[in-house]
Amino acid sequence: MTKNHAVVMIAGSSRNRRRASITVSSLFFIGLSIIVLIPFICILVGSFQPGADIVTYGLRLTINPDRFTLDCYRNLFLGENHYFTWFKNSVLVTAIQTVCTLAITSFVAYGFSMYRFKGKNILFALVMFTMMIPFEIILLPLYQQMIQMRLINTYAGIILPFVANSLAIFFFRQYLSGISHDFVDAGRVDGCTEYGIWLRIMVPLMAPSYAAMGIFVGMNSWNNVLWPMIIINSQSKITLPVGLSSLITPYGNNYDLLIAGAVFSVLPIFVLYLFFQKYFISGLTAGGIKG
Amino acid sequence: MSQKKKASSFSLRSLPYDARVAPYVFILPFILIFGIFFAYPIVNAFVMSFQELLPGQITFIGWDNYKQLASDTVFRKACTNSITYTFWTLLLLVPCPLIFATLLNQKALPFRNLYRSILFIPALTSVVVAGITFKLMLSEVDTSLFNSLMHLFGQPSIKWMKRADTGMMAMVMVACWRWTGVNIMYYMAGLQNISEEIYESVDIDGGNAWQKFRYITVPLLKPTTIYVLTISIYGSMAMFIESYMLYEGNKSIANNGLTIVGYLYRKGLQQNNLGYGAAVGVFLLLVVFIVNMAQLNLFGMFRKEEGSK
Repeated sequence: MTKNHAVVMIAGSSRNRRRASITVSSLFFIGLSIIVLIPFICILVGSFQPGADIVTYGLRLTINPDRFTLDCYRNLFLGENHYFTWFKNSVLVTAIQTVCTLAITSFVAYGFSMYRFKGKNILFALVMFTMMIPFEIILLPLYQQMIQMRLINTYAGIILPFVANSLAIFFFRQYLSGISHDFVDAGRVDGCTEYGIWLRIMVPLMAPSYAAMGIFVGMNSWNNVLWPMIIINSQSKITLPVGLSSLITPYGNNYDLLIAGAVFSVLPIFVLYLFFQKYFISGLTAGGIKG
Repeated sequence: MSQKKKASSFSLRSLPYDARVAPYVFILPFILIFGIFFAYPIVNAFVMSFQELLPGQITFIGWDNYKQLASDTVFRKACTNSITYTFWTLLLLVPCPLIFATLLNQKALPFRNLYRSILFIPALTSVVVAGITFKLMLSEVDTSLFNSLMHLFGQPSIKWMKRADTGMMAMVMVACWRWTGVNIMYYMAGLQNISEEIYESVDIDGGNAWQKFRYITVPLLKPTTIYVLTISIYGSMAMFIESYMLYEGNKSIANNGLTIVGYLYRKGLQQNNLGYGAAVGVFLLLVVFIVNMAQLNLFGMFRKEEGSK
Protein backbone atom coordinates (compact mmCIF):
# COMPACT_ATOMS: atom_id res chain seq x y z
CA MET A 1 0.00 0.00 0.00
CA THR A 2 2.63 2.51 1.06
CA LYS A 3 4.87 1.25 -1.71
CA ASN A 4 2.11 1.89 -4.27
CA HIS A 5 1.51 5.27 -2.79
CA ALA A 6 5.18 6.13 -3.16
CA VAL A 7 5.18 5.04 -6.81
CA VAL A 8 2.16 7.24 -7.53
CA MET A 9 3.85 10.14 -5.78
CA ILE A 10 7.02 9.75 -7.79
CA ALA A 11 5.03 9.42 -10.99
CA GLY A 12 2.98 12.47 -10.05
CA SER A 13 5.94 14.66 -9.23
CA SER A 14 7.79 13.58 -12.35
CA ARG A 15 4.69 14.36 -14.41
CA ASN A 16 4.54 17.80 -12.85
CA ARG A 17 8.20 18.30 -13.49
CA ARG A 18 7.71 17.20 -17.09
CA ARG A 19 4.81 19.60 -17.54
CA ALA A 20 6.89 22.44 -16.11
CA SER A 21 9.73 21.54 -18.47
CA ILE A 22 7.37 21.61 -21.46
CA THR A 23 6.01 25.02 -20.45
CA VAL A 24 9.46 26.49 -19.95
CA SER A 25 10.68 24.98 -23.24
CA SER A 26 7.65 26.33 -25.09
CA LEU A 27 8.21 29.83 -23.79
CA PHE A 28 11.89 29.57 -24.63
CA PHE A 29 11.33 28.45 -28.21
CA ILE A 30 8.59 31.01 -28.81
CA GLY A 31 11.06 33.69 -27.72
CA LEU A 32 13.89 32.24 -29.77
CA SER A 33 11.70 31.92 -32.87
CA ILE A 34 10.69 35.58 -32.57
CA ILE A 35 14.32 36.66 -32.20
CA VAL A 36 15.31 34.61 -35.24
CA LEU A 37 12.51 36.12 -37.32
CA ILE A 38 13.15 39.75 -36.32
CA PRO A 39 15.77 40.43 -39.03
CA PHE A 40 13.32 39.19 -41.67
CA ILE A 41 10.54 41.37 -40.29
CA CYS A 42 12.90 44.35 -40.20
CA ILE A 43 14.00 44.00 -43.80
CA LEU A 44 10.48 43.32 -45.03
CA VAL A 45 9.01 46.28 -43.14
CA GLY A 46 11.94 48.43 -44.25
CA SER A 47 11.32 47.65 -47.90
CA PHE A 48 8.00 49.53 -47.77
CA GLN A 49 9.58 52.93 -47.12
CA PRO A 50 11.60 55.20 -49.41
CA GLY A 51 15.19 54.00 -49.83
CA ALA A 52 16.53 57.23 -48.35
CA ASP A 53 14.69 56.54 -45.07
CA ILE A 54 16.71 53.37 -44.59
CA VAL A 55 19.84 55.49 -44.36
CA THR A 56 18.15 58.04 -42.11
CA TYR A 57 16.43 55.65 -39.73
CA GLY A 58 18.26 52.32 -40.08
CA LEU A 59 16.30 49.09 -40.09
CA ARG A 60 13.70 48.71 -37.36
CA LEU A 61 10.42 46.94 -36.68
CA THR A 62 8.19 49.90 -37.48
CA ILE A 63 8.05 52.53 -40.19
CA ASN A 64 6.42 55.92 -40.32
CA PRO A 65 2.94 55.14 -41.77
CA ASP A 66 2.95 58.47 -43.68
CA ARG A 67 6.04 57.32 -45.50
CA PHE A 68 4.61 53.96 -46.54
CA THR A 69 5.33 53.41 -50.22
CA LEU A 70 5.88 50.69 -52.79
CA ASP A 71 8.62 52.74 -54.45
CA CYS A 72 11.36 50.24 -53.62
CA TYR A 73 9.51 47.51 -55.46
CA ARG A 74 8.40 49.84 -58.27
CA ASN A 75 12.04 50.78 -58.73
CA LEU A 76 13.08 47.12 -58.63
CA PHE A 77 10.61 45.96 -61.27
CA LEU A 78 10.19 49.03 -63.44
CA GLY A 79 13.24 51.21 -62.77
CA GLU A 80 16.37 51.24 -64.84
CA ASN A 81 18.66 48.75 -63.15
CA HIS A 82 20.60 45.56 -63.72
CA TYR A 83 18.81 43.55 -61.06
CA PHE A 84 17.04 41.14 -63.37
CA THR A 85 20.15 40.66 -65.46
CA TRP A 86 21.90 39.56 -62.26
CA PHE A 87 18.92 37.43 -61.34
CA LYS A 88 18.91 35.72 -64.73
CA ASN A 89 22.69 35.15 -64.53
CA SER A 90 22.33 33.60 -61.09
CA VAL A 91 19.56 31.28 -62.25
CA LEU A 92 21.74 30.21 -65.18
CA VAL A 93 24.87 29.62 -63.10
CA THR A 94 22.93 27.81 -60.38
CA ALA A 95 21.17 25.55 -62.88
CA ILE A 96 24.32 24.59 -64.78
CA GLN A 97 26.39 24.15 -61.64
CA THR A 98 23.75 21.99 -59.96
CA VAL A 99 23.20 19.69 -62.93
CA CYS A 100 26.93 19.26 -63.67
CA THR A 101 27.86 18.72 -60.03
CA LEU A 102 25.11 16.16 -59.42
CA ALA A 103 25.98 14.22 -62.56
CA ILE A 104 29.72 14.16 -61.89
CA THR A 105 29.66 13.55 -58.14
CA SER A 106 27.11 10.74 -58.32
CA PHE A 107 29.14 9.15 -61.13
CA VAL A 108 32.31 9.33 -59.04
CA ALA A 109 30.54 8.18 -55.88
CA TYR A 110 29.26 5.13 -57.73
CA GLY A 111 32.83 4.21 -58.60
CA PHE A 112 33.90 4.55 -54.98
CA SER A 113 30.98 2.62 -53.59
CA MET A 114 30.42 -0.33 -55.95
CA TYR A 115 33.95 -1.41 -56.85
CA ARG A 116 37.04 -2.67 -55.14
CA PHE A 117 40.14 -1.41 -56.85
CA LYS A 118 43.75 -0.59 -56.19
CA GLY A 119 44.30 2.83 -54.63
CA LYS A 120 40.65 3.23 -53.64
CA ASN A 121 41.34 4.04 -50.00
CA ILE A 122 44.02 6.59 -50.80
CA LEU A 123 41.82 8.26 -53.38
CA PHE A 124 38.88 8.39 -51.02
CA ALA A 125 41.16 9.83 -48.35
CA LEU A 126 41.88 12.61 -50.87
CA VAL A 127 38.15 13.29 -51.14
CA MET A 128 37.98 13.63 -47.35
CA PHE A 129 41.12 15.75 -47.34
CA THR A 130 39.64 18.33 -49.70
CA MET A 131 36.72 18.68 -47.29
CA MET A 132 39.12 19.77 -44.57
CA ILE A 133 40.85 22.53 -46.51
CA PRO A 134 39.11 25.90 -46.70
CA PHE A 135 38.73 26.95 -50.31
CA GLU A 136 40.01 30.46 -49.49
CA ILE A 137 43.54 29.07 -49.18
CA ILE A 138 43.78 28.38 -52.91
CA LEU A 139 41.97 31.60 -53.82
CA LEU A 140 45.01 33.43 -55.21
CA PRO A 141 46.75 30.58 -57.06
CA LEU A 142 43.42 29.48 -58.52
CA TYR A 143 42.70 33.04 -59.62
CA GLN A 144 46.09 33.18 -61.37
CA GLN A 145 45.42 29.82 -62.97
CA MET A 146 42.04 31.06 -64.21
CA ILE A 147 43.77 33.97 -65.94
CA GLN A 148 46.21 31.57 -67.61
CA MET A 149 43.41 29.21 -68.62
CA ARG A 150 41.40 32.14 -70.01
CA LEU A 151 38.50 31.28 -67.75
CA ILE A 152 38.31 34.75 -66.20
CA ASN A 153 34.95 36.39 -66.77
CA THR A 154 33.32 33.11 -67.82
CA TYR A 155 30.73 31.01 -66.06
CA ALA A 156 32.90 27.97 -66.67
CA GLY A 157 35.44 29.69 -64.43
CA ILE A 158 32.87 29.98 -61.63
CA ILE A 159 31.62 26.43 -62.00
CA LEU A 160 34.45 24.13 -63.07
CA PRO A 161 36.60 24.15 -59.91
CA PHE A 162 33.60 22.98 -57.87
CA VAL A 163 31.95 20.30 -60.01
CA ALA A 164 33.69 17.49 -58.11
CA ASN A 165 32.30 18.73 -54.78
CA SER A 166 33.74 16.32 -52.24
CA LEU A 167 30.87 16.65 -49.79
CA ALA A 168 28.46 15.57 -52.52
CA ILE A 169 30.70 12.61 -53.42
CA PHE A 170 30.77 11.64 -49.77
CA PHE A 171 27.00 11.99 -49.43
CA PHE A 172 26.23 9.94 -52.54
CA ARG A 173 28.66 7.25 -51.48
CA GLN A 174 26.92 7.00 -48.11
CA TYR A 175 23.59 6.73 -49.87
CA LEU A 176 24.82 4.10 -52.31
CA SER A 177 26.24 1.98 -49.50
CA GLY A 178 22.63 1.33 -48.52
CA ILE A 179 21.76 -0.01 -51.98
CA SER A 180 22.20 -3.71 -52.61
CA HIS A 181 24.89 -4.93 -55.03
CA ASP A 182 22.29 -7.35 -56.41
CA PHE A 183 20.99 -4.54 -58.63
CA VAL A 184 24.43 -4.23 -60.18
CA ASP A 185 24.76 -7.98 -60.70
CA ALA A 186 21.28 -8.16 -62.21
CA GLY A 187 22.24 -5.39 -64.60
CA ARG A 188 25.38 -7.25 -65.63
CA VAL A 189 23.46 -10.44 -66.24
CA ASP A 190 21.08 -8.49 -68.46
CA GLY A 191 24.03 -7.24 -70.48
CA CYS A 192 24.21 -3.65 -69.30
CA THR A 193 27.61 -1.99 -69.52
CA GLU A 194 29.07 -0.66 -66.27
CA TYR A 195 27.95 2.85 -67.24
CA GLY A 196 24.54 1.63 -68.32
CA ILE A 197 24.09 0.19 -64.84
CA TRP A 198 24.88 3.58 -63.35
CA LEU A 199 22.61 5.50 -65.71
CA ARG A 200 19.66 3.12 -66.00
CA ILE A 201 19.61 1.42 -62.62
CA MET A 202 21.44 3.55 -60.07
CA VAL A 203 20.40 7.05 -61.10
CA PRO A 204 16.69 6.28 -60.65
CA LEU A 205 17.40 4.54 -57.34
CA MET A 206 19.27 7.61 -56.11
CA ALA A 207 16.40 10.06 -56.77
CA PRO A 208 15.84 11.06 -53.12
CA SER A 209 19.52 11.78 -52.62
CA TYR A 210 19.52 13.86 -55.80
CA ALA A 211 16.79 16.04 -54.31
CA ALA A 212 18.76 16.68 -51.12
CA MET A 213 22.07 17.21 -52.90
CA GLY A 214 20.42 19.36 -55.57
CA ILE A 215 19.29 21.70 -52.84
CA PHE A 216 22.70 21.65 -51.16
CA VAL A 217 24.61 22.42 -54.36
CA GLY A 218 21.97 24.80 -55.67
CA MET A 219 21.85 26.84 -52.46
CA ASN A 220 25.64 27.07 -52.31
CA SER A 221 25.72 28.23 -55.89
CA TRP A 222 22.83 30.68 -55.51
CA ASN A 223 24.38 32.26 -52.43
CA ASN A 224 28.03 32.12 -53.51
CA VAL A 225 29.72 35.52 -53.46
CA LEU A 226 33.47 35.41 -53.04
CA TRP A 227 34.51 33.37 -56.06
CA PRO A 228 32.06 34.89 -58.61
CA MET A 229 33.05 38.33 -57.33
CA ILE A 230 36.68 37.60 -58.19
CA ILE A 231 36.13 35.75 -61.47
CA ILE A 232 33.52 37.98 -63.13
CA ASN A 233 34.47 41.53 -63.99
CA SER A 234 31.83 42.69 -66.46
CA GLN A 235 28.58 44.26 -65.22
CA SER A 236 26.44 42.22 -67.61
CA LYS A 237 27.75 38.90 -66.29
CA ILE A 238 27.76 39.30 -62.50
CA THR A 239 25.51 37.17 -60.34
CA LEU A 240 22.83 38.33 -57.92
CA PRO A 241 24.71 38.25 -54.58
CA VAL A 242 27.68 40.02 -56.16
CA GLY A 243 25.40 42.65 -57.67
CA LEU A 244 23.59 43.18 -54.37
CA SER A 245 26.82 43.53 -52.45
CA SER A 246 27.99 46.15 -54.94
CA LEU A 247 24.99 48.31 -54.03
CA ILE A 248 26.22 48.91 -50.49
CA THR A 249 27.86 52.30 -50.55
CA PRO A 250 28.37 54.80 -47.75
CA TYR A 251 26.11 57.27 -49.59
CA GLY A 252 23.11 54.96 -49.61
CA ASN A 253 21.96 56.17 -53.02
CA ASN A 254 20.87 52.69 -54.13
CA TYR A 255 19.23 51.49 -50.95
CA ASP A 256 15.73 51.18 -52.42
CA LEU A 257 17.04 48.70 -54.98
CA LEU A 258 19.27 47.03 -52.39
CA ILE A 259 16.53 46.34 -49.89
CA ALA A 260 13.76 45.32 -52.29
CA GLY A 261 16.34 43.27 -54.20
CA ALA A 262 17.49 41.53 -51.02
CA VAL A 263 13.90 40.62 -50.13
CA PHE A 264 13.22 39.42 -53.66
CA SER A 265 16.38 37.29 -53.76
CA VAL A 266 15.31 35.31 -50.69
CA LEU A 267 11.69 34.93 -51.75
CA PRO A 268 12.07 32.09 -54.30
CA ILE A 269 14.07 30.08 -51.76
CA PHE A 270 11.44 30.61 -49.08
CA VAL A 271 8.70 29.37 -51.37
CA LEU A 272 10.75 26.27 -52.24
CA TYR A 273 11.49 25.74 -48.55
CA LEU A 274 7.77 25.74 -47.74
CA PHE A 275 7.20 22.85 -50.12
CA PHE A 276 10.43 20.87 -49.90
CA GLN A 277 11.46 21.45 -46.30
CA LYS A 278 12.56 17.86 -45.77
CA TYR A 279 15.00 17.99 -48.66
CA PHE A 280 16.33 21.38 -47.63
CA ILE A 281 17.13 20.11 -44.18
CA SER A 282 18.74 16.87 -45.31
CA GLY A 283 20.59 18.68 -48.08
CA LEU A 284 21.97 21.53 -46.01
CA THR A 285 23.01 19.25 -43.19
CA ALA A 286 24.44 16.67 -45.57
CA GLY A 287 27.88 16.36 -44.01
CA GLY A 288 26.54 15.19 -40.68
CA ILE A 289 24.69 12.19 -42.04
CA LYS A 290 27.33 9.77 -40.88
CA GLY A 291 26.78 11.07 -37.33
CA MET B 1 49.21 -4.37 -90.50
CA SER B 2 45.98 -2.52 -90.94
CA GLN B 3 44.16 -5.43 -89.40
CA LYS B 4 46.43 -5.30 -86.39
CA LYS B 5 45.82 -1.60 -85.98
CA LYS B 6 42.11 -2.16 -86.23
CA ALA B 7 42.27 -4.83 -83.55
CA SER B 8 44.22 -2.65 -81.17
CA SER B 9 41.92 0.33 -81.69
CA PHE B 10 38.98 -1.94 -81.09
CA SER B 11 40.40 -3.17 -77.82
CA LEU B 12 41.23 0.39 -76.85
CA ARG B 13 37.68 1.42 -77.46
CA SER B 14 36.32 -1.48 -75.46
CA LEU B 15 38.85 -0.94 -72.69
CA PRO B 16 36.64 1.37 -70.60
CA TYR B 17 33.97 -1.34 -70.58
CA ASP B 18 36.28 -3.79 -68.88
CA ALA B 19 35.11 -4.29 -65.30
CA ARG B 20 38.68 -3.85 -64.05
CA VAL B 21 39.06 -0.50 -65.80
CA ALA B 22 35.56 0.86 -65.20
CA PRO B 23 36.14 1.95 -61.59
CA TYR B 24 38.99 4.19 -62.71
CA VAL B 25 36.78 5.70 -65.39
CA PHE B 26 34.16 6.40 -62.75
CA ILE B 27 36.57 8.27 -60.51
CA LEU B 28 38.45 9.94 -63.36
CA PRO B 29 36.40 13.18 -63.19
CA PHE B 30 37.32 13.55 -59.54
CA ILE B 31 41.01 12.91 -60.23
CA LEU B 32 41.04 15.47 -63.04
CA ILE B 33 39.21 18.21 -61.14
CA PHE B 34 41.16 17.46 -57.98
CA GLY B 35 44.46 17.62 -59.83
CA ILE B 36 43.77 20.73 -61.88
CA PHE B 37 41.70 22.82 -59.51
CA PHE B 38 42.86 21.67 -56.08
CA ALA B 39 46.24 19.92 -55.88
CA TYR B 40 47.96 22.13 -58.43
CA PRO B 41 46.78 25.41 -56.86
CA ILE B 42 47.80 24.18 -53.38
CA VAL B 43 51.30 23.41 -54.60
CA ASN B 44 51.24 26.73 -56.40
CA ALA B 45 50.26 28.52 -53.19
CA PHE B 46 53.48 27.28 -51.60
CA VAL B 47 55.53 28.23 -54.68
CA MET B 48 53.94 31.67 -54.94
CA SER B 49 54.58 32.39 -51.29
CA PHE B 50 58.32 32.36 -52.07
CA GLN B 51 57.95 34.70 -55.01
CA GLU B 52 57.31 38.30 -55.80
CA LEU B 53 54.77 38.38 -58.62
CA LEU B 54 54.64 41.46 -60.79
CA PRO B 55 52.93 41.47 -64.17
CA GLY B 56 55.24 39.63 -66.54
CA GLN B 57 57.98 39.31 -63.94
CA ILE B 58 58.32 36.66 -61.28
CA THR B 59 61.23 36.82 -58.83
CA PHE B 60 62.17 34.16 -56.34
CA ILE B 61 62.67 35.92 -53.02
CA GLY B 62 63.05 33.01 -50.60
CA TRP B 63 61.56 33.49 -47.14
CA ASP B 64 61.11 37.25 -47.51
CA ASN B 65 57.30 37.13 -47.59
CA TYR B 66 57.24 35.06 -44.41
CA LYS B 67 59.82 37.27 -42.68
CA GLN B 68 57.72 40.30 -43.52
CA LEU B 69 54.60 38.49 -42.33
CA ALA B 70 56.21 37.76 -38.96
CA SER B 71 56.65 41.47 -38.23
CA ASP B 72 53.44 42.68 -39.91
CA THR B 73 51.27 44.29 -37.22
CA VAL B 74 48.19 44.43 -39.49
CA PHE B 75 48.52 40.71 -40.11
CA ARG B 76 48.80 40.14 -36.39
CA LYS B 77 45.61 42.13 -35.92
CA ALA B 78 43.88 40.01 -38.59
CA CYS B 79 44.98 36.83 -36.80
CA THR B 80 43.77 38.13 -33.45
CA ASN B 81 40.41 39.00 -35.00
CA SER B 82 40.01 35.60 -36.65
CA ILE B 83 40.96 33.79 -33.46
CA THR B 84 38.63 35.91 -31.32
CA TYR B 85 35.84 35.31 -33.83
CA THR B 86 36.51 31.56 -33.83
CA PHE B 87 36.55 31.51 -30.04
CA TRP B 88 33.13 33.17 -29.76
CA THR B 89 31.50 31.17 -32.54
CA LEU B 90 32.74 27.91 -31.03
CA LEU B 91 31.58 28.96 -27.59
CA LEU B 92 28.10 29.79 -28.90
CA LEU B 93 27.59 27.47 -31.86
CA VAL B 94 28.71 24.17 -30.36
CA PRO B 95 27.02 23.87 -26.93
CA CYS B 96 23.88 26.01 -27.47
CA PRO B 97 22.50 24.08 -30.45
CA LEU B 98 23.13 20.86 -28.51
CA ILE B 99 20.96 22.10 -25.66
CA PHE B 100 18.32 23.45 -28.05
CA ALA B 101 18.22 20.14 -29.93
CA THR B 102 17.79 18.20 -26.69
CA LEU B 103 14.89 20.43 -25.69
CA LEU B 104 13.33 20.16 -29.15
CA ASN B 105 13.59 16.41 -28.94
CA GLN B 106 10.98 16.24 -26.16
CA LYS B 107 8.17 14.33 -27.84
CA ALA B 108 5.56 16.11 -25.72
CA LEU B 109 6.61 19.61 -26.79
CA PRO B 110 3.82 21.11 -28.89
CA PHE B 111 4.80 22.73 -32.22
CA ARG B 112 8.33 21.32 -32.01
CA ASN B 113 8.48 20.86 -35.79
CA LEU B 114 7.38 24.44 -36.30
CA TYR B 115 10.16 25.77 -34.04
CA ARG B 116 12.64 23.56 -35.85
CA SER B 117 11.54 24.90 -39.23
CA ILE B 118 11.66 28.52 -38.08
CA LEU B 119 15.10 28.22 -36.49
CA PHE B 120 16.40 26.78 -39.76
CA ILE B 121 15.14 29.64 -41.97
CA PRO B 122 18.22 31.92 -41.60
CA ALA B 123 20.33 29.19 -43.22
CA LEU B 124 18.45 29.91 -46.44
CA THR B 125 19.78 33.45 -46.71
CA SER B 126 23.06 34.38 -48.28
CA VAL B 127 25.76 36.09 -46.25
CA VAL B 128 25.05 39.10 -48.46
CA VAL B 129 21.42 39.40 -47.40
CA ALA B 130 22.24 38.60 -43.77
CA GLY B 131 25.08 41.12 -43.82
CA ILE B 132 22.93 43.88 -45.33
CA THR B 133 20.16 43.27 -42.79
CA PHE B 134 22.40 43.19 -39.71
CA LYS B 135 24.43 46.15 -40.92
CA LEU B 136 21.28 48.26 -41.20
CA MET B 137 19.78 46.98 -37.94
CA LEU B 138 23.08 47.98 -36.32
CA SER B 139 23.09 51.39 -37.98
CA GLU B 140 24.48 54.10 -35.71
CA VAL B 141 21.42 56.34 -36.07
CA ASP B 142 19.19 56.62 -32.98
CA THR B 143 16.21 54.86 -34.50
CA SER B 144 17.90 51.65 -35.67
CA LEU B 145 16.69 48.42 -34.06
CA PHE B 146 19.71 47.89 -31.83
CA ASN B 147 19.93 51.50 -30.73
CA SER B 148 16.24 51.58 -29.84
CA LEU B 149 16.92 48.45 -27.78
CA MET B 150 19.69 50.35 -26.00
CA HIS B 151 17.31 53.23 -25.32
CA LEU B 152 14.81 50.76 -23.93
CA PHE B 153 17.38 49.92 -21.26
CA GLY B 154 18.17 53.58 -20.73
CA GLN B 155 21.51 53.40 -22.53
CA PRO B 156 22.80 55.89 -25.10
CA SER B 157 23.16 55.03 -28.80
CA ILE B 158 26.25 53.13 -29.89
CA LYS B 159 28.26 53.44 -33.09
CA TRP B 160 28.16 49.65 -33.44
CA MET B 161 30.38 49.15 -36.44
CA LYS B 162 32.97 51.72 -35.37
CA ARG B 163 33.91 50.04 -32.10
CA ALA B 164 36.09 46.94 -31.98
CA ASP B 165 34.01 45.01 -29.44
CA THR B 166 30.57 45.69 -30.91
CA GLY B 167 31.91 45.12 -34.43
CA MET B 168 33.12 41.68 -33.38
CA MET B 169 29.75 41.10 -31.75
CA ALA B 170 28.04 41.94 -35.06
CA MET B 171 30.10 39.37 -36.96
CA VAL B 172 29.51 36.69 -34.32
CA MET B 173 25.83 37.53 -34.31
CA VAL B 174 25.49 37.01 -38.08
CA ALA B 175 27.23 33.64 -37.74
CA CYS B 176 25.01 32.56 -34.84
CA TRP B 177 21.87 33.70 -36.61
CA ARG B 178 22.69 31.74 -39.75
CA TRP B 179 24.17 28.59 -38.22
CA THR B 180 22.29 27.82 -34.99
CA GLY B 181 19.45 26.16 -36.91
CA VAL B 182 21.81 24.08 -39.04
CA ASN B 183 23.75 22.85 -36.02
CA ILE B 184 20.48 22.01 -34.25
CA MET B 185 19.66 19.78 -37.23
CA TYR B 186 22.99 17.99 -36.95
CA TYR B 187 22.37 17.28 -33.29
CA MET B 188 18.75 16.26 -33.86
CA ALA B 189 19.88 13.79 -36.51
CA GLY B 190 22.33 12.40 -33.95
CA LEU B 191 19.61 12.22 -31.29
CA GLN B 192 17.48 10.02 -33.55
CA ASN B 193 20.12 7.31 -33.15
CA ILE B 194 19.87 7.22 -29.35
CA SER B 195 17.22 4.74 -28.35
CA GLU B 196 14.43 5.72 -25.98
CA GLU B 197 15.19 2.70 -23.85
CA ILE B 198 18.45 4.15 -22.59
CA TYR B 199 16.61 7.20 -21.30
CA GLU B 200 13.89 5.01 -19.80
CA SER B 201 16.50 3.03 -17.91
CA VAL B 202 17.67 6.29 -16.34
CA ASP B 203 14.06 7.06 -15.39
CA ILE B 204 13.84 3.72 -13.63
CA ASP B 205 17.08 4.42 -11.79
CA GLY B 206 15.60 7.72 -10.67
CA GLY B 207 17.90 9.95 -12.71
CA ASN B 208 16.82 13.47 -13.58
CA ALA B 209 16.84 15.40 -16.86
CA TRP B 210 20.27 16.90 -16.21
CA GLN B 211 21.78 13.48 -15.55
CA LYS B 212 20.24 12.16 -18.76
CA PHE B 213 21.76 15.06 -20.66
CA ARG B 214 25.14 14.84 -18.97
CA TYR B 215 25.63 11.07 -18.93
CA ILE B 216 23.74 9.92 -22.02
CA THR B 217 23.07 12.68 -24.54
CA VAL B 218 26.45 14.40 -24.41
CA PRO B 219 28.65 11.28 -24.60
CA LEU B 220 26.51 9.59 -27.26
CA LEU B 221 26.46 12.72 -29.41
CA LYS B 222 30.24 13.03 -29.30
CA PRO B 223 30.74 12.13 -32.98
CA THR B 224 28.24 14.84 -33.98
CA THR B 225 29.91 17.33 -31.66
CA ILE B 226 33.29 16.56 -33.20
CA TYR B 227 31.86 17.09 -36.66
CA VAL B 228 30.24 20.41 -35.70
CA LEU B 229 33.46 21.49 -34.01
CA THR B 230 35.54 20.62 -37.08
CA ILE B 231 33.37 22.51 -39.57
CA SER B 232 33.06 25.43 -37.16
CA ILE B 233 36.82 25.78 -36.75
CA TYR B 234 37.30 25.53 -40.48
CA GLY B 235 34.53 28.01 -41.28
CA SER B 236 35.41 30.54 -38.59
CA MET B 237 39.12 30.69 -39.29
CA ALA B 238 38.35 31.28 -42.99
CA MET B 239 35.56 33.80 -42.38
CA PHE B 240 35.62 36.77 -44.72
CA ILE B 241 32.38 37.67 -46.49
CA GLU B 242 30.55 38.45 -43.22
CA SER B 243 33.18 41.06 -42.48
CA TYR B 244 33.23 42.21 -46.11
CA MET B 245 29.49 42.90 -45.99
CA LEU B 246 29.34 44.46 -42.54
CA TYR B 247 32.30 46.74 -43.22
CA GLU B 248 31.48 47.84 -46.77
CA GLY B 249 34.11 45.95 -48.71
CA ASN B 250 36.90 45.09 -46.29
CA LYS B 251 37.34 48.65 -45.02
CA SER B 252 37.06 48.79 -41.25
CA ILE B 253 38.30 51.47 -38.86
CA ALA B 254 41.65 50.40 -37.35
CA ASN B 255 41.15 47.04 -39.14
CA ASN B 256 38.67 46.02 -36.45
CA GLY B 257 36.85 43.71 -38.83
CA LEU B 258 39.85 42.45 -40.76
CA THR B 259 40.18 38.65 -40.82
CA ILE B 260 42.98 36.43 -42.10
CA VAL B 261 41.19 35.79 -45.40
CA GLY B 262 40.27 39.48 -45.50
CA TYR B 263 43.97 40.27 -45.36
CA LEU B 264 44.72 37.67 -48.02
CA TYR B 265 42.09 39.31 -50.23
CA ARG B 266 43.37 42.80 -49.54
CA LYS B 267 47.02 41.98 -50.19
CA GLY B 268 46.51 39.58 -53.06
CA LEU B 269 43.66 41.13 -55.01
CA GLN B 270 43.13 44.69 -53.82
CA GLN B 271 46.85 45.54 -53.64
CA ASN B 272 47.98 43.01 -56.25
CA ASN B 273 50.70 41.54 -54.03
CA LEU B 274 49.96 37.91 -54.92
CA GLY B 275 53.08 36.40 -53.38
CA TYR B 276 52.47 38.00 -50.01
CA GLY B 277 48.79 37.03 -50.14
CA ALA B 278 49.78 33.45 -50.94
CA ALA B 279 52.01 33.42 -47.85
CA VAL B 280 48.99 34.44 -45.77
CA GLY B 281 47.08 31.54 -47.38
CA VAL B 282 49.81 29.02 -46.57
CA PHE B 283 49.85 30.26 -42.98
CA LEU B 284 46.08 29.77 -42.77
CA LEU B 285 46.37 26.29 -44.27
CA LEU B 286 48.87 25.25 -41.64
CA VAL B 287 46.85 26.76 -38.78
CA VAL B 288 43.58 25.11 -39.84
CA PHE B 289 45.32 21.81 -40.44
CA ILE B 290 47.14 21.79 -37.11
CA VAL B 291 44.14 22.94 -35.09
CA ASN B 292 41.84 20.36 -36.64
CA MET B 293 44.36 17.54 -36.31
CA ALA B 294 44.97 18.44 -32.68
CA GLN B 295 41.27 18.62 -32.03
CA LEU B 296 40.53 15.29 -33.72
CA ASN B 297 43.43 13.67 -31.89
CA LEU B 298 42.29 15.11 -28.58
CA PHE B 299 38.85 13.59 -29.00
CA GLY B 300 40.26 10.25 -30.09
CA MET B 301 38.66 10.40 -33.52
CA PHE B 302 41.45 8.47 -35.23
CA ARG B 303 41.57 5.75 -32.62
CA LYS B 304 37.84 5.20 -32.98
CA GLU B 305 38.06 4.94 -36.77
CA GLU B 306 40.70 2.24 -36.43
CA GLY B 307 38.67 0.35 -33.87
CA SER B 308 35.49 0.33 -35.93
CA LYS B 309 37.09 -0.98 -39.09
